[in-house]
Amino acid sequence: MISLNVNGKRYDVDVSPDMPLLWVIRDAIGLTGTKFGCGLSQCGACTVHLDGEPVRSCVTPVSSVGARKVTTIEGLSPDSTHALQTAWVAEQVPQCGYCQSGQLMSAAALLAKKPKPSDADIDAAMSGNICRCGTYQRIRRAIHRAAGV
Amino acid sequence: MASTLSRRTFLKVSAAGGALVISGYIPGLNDTAEAAGSFEPNVWLKIGADDTVTITLSQLEMGQGVMTSMPMLVAEELDIDWNKIKTEWAPADPKYGNPNFGGAQLTAGSNSVRGMWKLLREAGGTARAMLVTAAAKDWSVAENTCSTEKGEVIHKATGRRARYGSLVDKAAALPVPKDVSLKDPKDFRLLGKTMPRLDIPEKVNGRAVFGIDVKRPNMLIARVVRCPVFGGKVATFNADKAKEVAGVRHVVQISSGIAVVADNYWAASKGAQALDVKWNEGSLANLTSADIMKKYKALAEQPGKVARNDGDAAGAVKGAGRSFERVFELPFLAHACMEPMNCTADVRSDRCDVWVPTQGQTASAAAAVAASGLPAKAVNIHTTYLGGGFGRRGEADFVTDAVETSKATGKPVKVIWTREDDIQHDYYRPVSYVRMWGALDPSGKPVAFMQRLVQQSLMKRLGPLPPNGVDFISVDGSATLPYDIPNIRVEYTETDPGIPYGFWRSVGASVQGFVVEGFIDELATTAGKDPYQFRHDLLSKHPRHRAVLDLVAEKSGWGKPLPAGHARGIAVMEAFGSIVGEVAEVSVTNGAVRVHKVWCAVDTGWVINPDTIKAQMEGGTIYGLTAALKGEITIQNGRVAQHHFNDYPMIRHNEAPEVEVHIVPSTEKPGGIGEPSTAVAAGALANAIFAATGKRIYTLPIRAEQLRG
Repeated sequence: MISLNVNGKRYDVDVSPDMPLLWVIRDAIGLTGTKFGCGLSQCGACTVHLDGEPVRSCVTPVSSVGARKVTTIEGLSPDSTHALQTAWVAEQVPQCGYCQSGQLMSAAALLAKKPKPSDADIDAAMSGNICRCGTYQRIRRAIHRAAGV
Repeated sequence: MASTLSRRTFLKVSAAGGALVISGYIPGLNDTAEAAGSFEPNVWLKIGADDTVTITLSQLEMGQGVMTSMPMLVAEELDIDWNKIKTEWAPADPKYGNPNFGGAQLTAGSNSVRGMWKLLREAGGTARAMLVTAAAKDWSVAENTCSTEKGEVIHKATGRRARYGSLVDKAAALPVPKDVSLKDPKDFRLLGKTMPRLDIPEKVNGRAVFGIDVKRPNMLIARVVRCPVFGGKVATFNADKAKEVAGVRHVVQISSGIAVVADNYWAASKGAQALDVKWNEGSLANLTSADIMKKYKALAEQPGKVARNDGDAAGAVKGAGRSFERVFELPFLAHACMEPMNCTADVRSDRCDVWVPTQGQTASAAAAVAASGLPAKAVNIHTTYLGGGFGRRGEADFVTDAVETSKATGKPVKVIWTREDDIQHDYYRPVSYVRMWGALDPSGKPVAFMQRLVQQSLMKRLGPLPPNGVDFISVDGSATLPYDIPNIRVEYTETDPGIPYGFWRSVGASVQGFVVEGFIDELATTAGKDPYQFRHDLLSKHPRHRAVLDLVAEKSGWGKPLPAGHARGIAVMEAFGSIVGEVAEVSVTNGAVRVHKVWCAVDTGWVINPDTIKAQMEGGTIYGLTAALKGEITIQNGRVAQHHFNDYPMIRHNEAPEVEVHIVPSTEKPGGIGEPSTAVAAGALANAIFAATGKRIYTLPIRAEQLRG
């Protein structure tokens, strides 16, 4: 049995210790906002926070999480009012929407460290997140909007 | 101009549970299917006594905004309060078919608005007319003294108002009007105004349910191990080690390979890795991309089937002072939707339920019927949001996987493909070999344009080729060349090396946008003309193309000075009923291309949701640029050499240019918006690279080594 703190709630899960956090979140806990895109940390769709740090949950064995707090898209805000979520709606960012949980989690980690990120900061923090619909320019605008720039 | 419902339009009305239900039945749209008695294109709207308007969506949402644009079409004619709209996904049922696909339910070919706009507006307009009649009768006033607004019928002279919800029973008892006027576009209240997309709120908090998120009681998860070689089959397999993996419940052979079925994805994945399979690799086991191109090149030595023949292009090429031939080669491309292919099926003895992110309910249902062995009426298709489609999800191979696996195990099963499965087992954009010939007269005017295309036939995926042997999908952009050139010949040669192929965003135009616009650009620069002016001069018979070209040139500052090392390229084309022009600004450093910005102008007819058009132009452009700069699937020993996003890479944040979109005001009928910008982007990009480096691009993807030195 492995204990996890996900979005402020404790979960005891009976899973293989090598199971990636992604599949624990999706298959064992049942939170499906975090997405599977590649399984190799190449696309960023599975991004969650461990103690506020963005990680690719698809390559993070659950046994390595320990006491760190896991935050998923469902825990970003209780009512979709995180500044980035409102900015995402204002800029009409998502198209298919599949990558956007990961995009938002990467952006949230960026803003927590750099409240007024430059374009270069956005490139550095966000380039691990692929959007096949090509919403990149709207994501950039939405991050700036959320930062109040 | 107001249009009226055709006399052959009938509408069926019923009062069901205090609601007015209208279904449009328009038999004139497909006479053949009508004769067979099975074609019933149909759209439903339901107004509740509580004023809620429920609109059934048959076109599926994959990011292109149909979940919002389809209801807007109904709401415009119905004059309802937009905030009272509800939407429901249609089941797989022929009565929801898209007239542009002969009644099949298919979201493809940029055909949602094009196929559905008239049906949906008529459904809304008819309902409105009946509500007005009901209120006018009630008030004993003339119908033409009543108006409608935000879900109410209003009699201005007496100040009376009636909510639609209060009229549903009376309206449902009325006969259906034969002629209903549709609004003059100048009276539109909704259409043409940006409406926030209805799907976006649940796409920022993880609540949107994609196919991969479907949960069913007692559901198992499966991964399928497939033969890496196309056409290969299982020779033998040993499941002992796979079954030793904790959580693995079943290992079953299905038509696409071996399904490892487990309690969760991770166990299925480990089981799949432990599986021991011997393959019979089949007849393609030695095939390589080089073999394919060699065969195509040989085929291109011979004339093809004639798609267009104006004047005498071959004679003009021979007789002209300046003529040249160029050869273009384009690779196979994978779609690489962000959501890997998946499907959930629950096959019982008497019914089969399928939950699937699909572009084609009809094709999914057919696959489920075939795989389950159950009659069509026992099969239920439940659709979800699609995490990307781009043509890939018009296929139904993932449905077959899930239905066969559920049937074999007797359990509800969700099959999830790996990214490697997705890259290696796609239906690829066909590889293409294209010979082009052109000629200029002494004044620099083009006098000949000739194309010979060798390609797998996209049309053959839908049915047989027409008697002339020409695949008009493959020559979309060359046979339709808008430029005023006296001698034009376009030839097409079909071949099939056996690699699965299909519809990839912008389809035939994805090849032609690059080839035709690159070649026209070379004719321009060879003639010593400005590429924009050269095109402008050749478009006198196509004012919409010319207006788009002029607008994108103006907005991009064509001809104005640029930073050192920067250069612009331009391209314009019609595809899917819309005309798109783009200008790309690039610089090239040691062979590395940087796209600084793209300007886009689009004439897509009268506009439904402007921001959605902009979003599709932006995203479609990135999709096209990604292919031109990075996209290549190669075949080695009958299998795909690429695996993941590392060797089939994508444009990312740090490389993505801003795309600035301008919409040309238009009263023409709506065109498609999902695909045209993808087709034109590579042309603008390649022409900008020429302007920056003096090097013409004939082979995609563009490689640094092509541009160095």
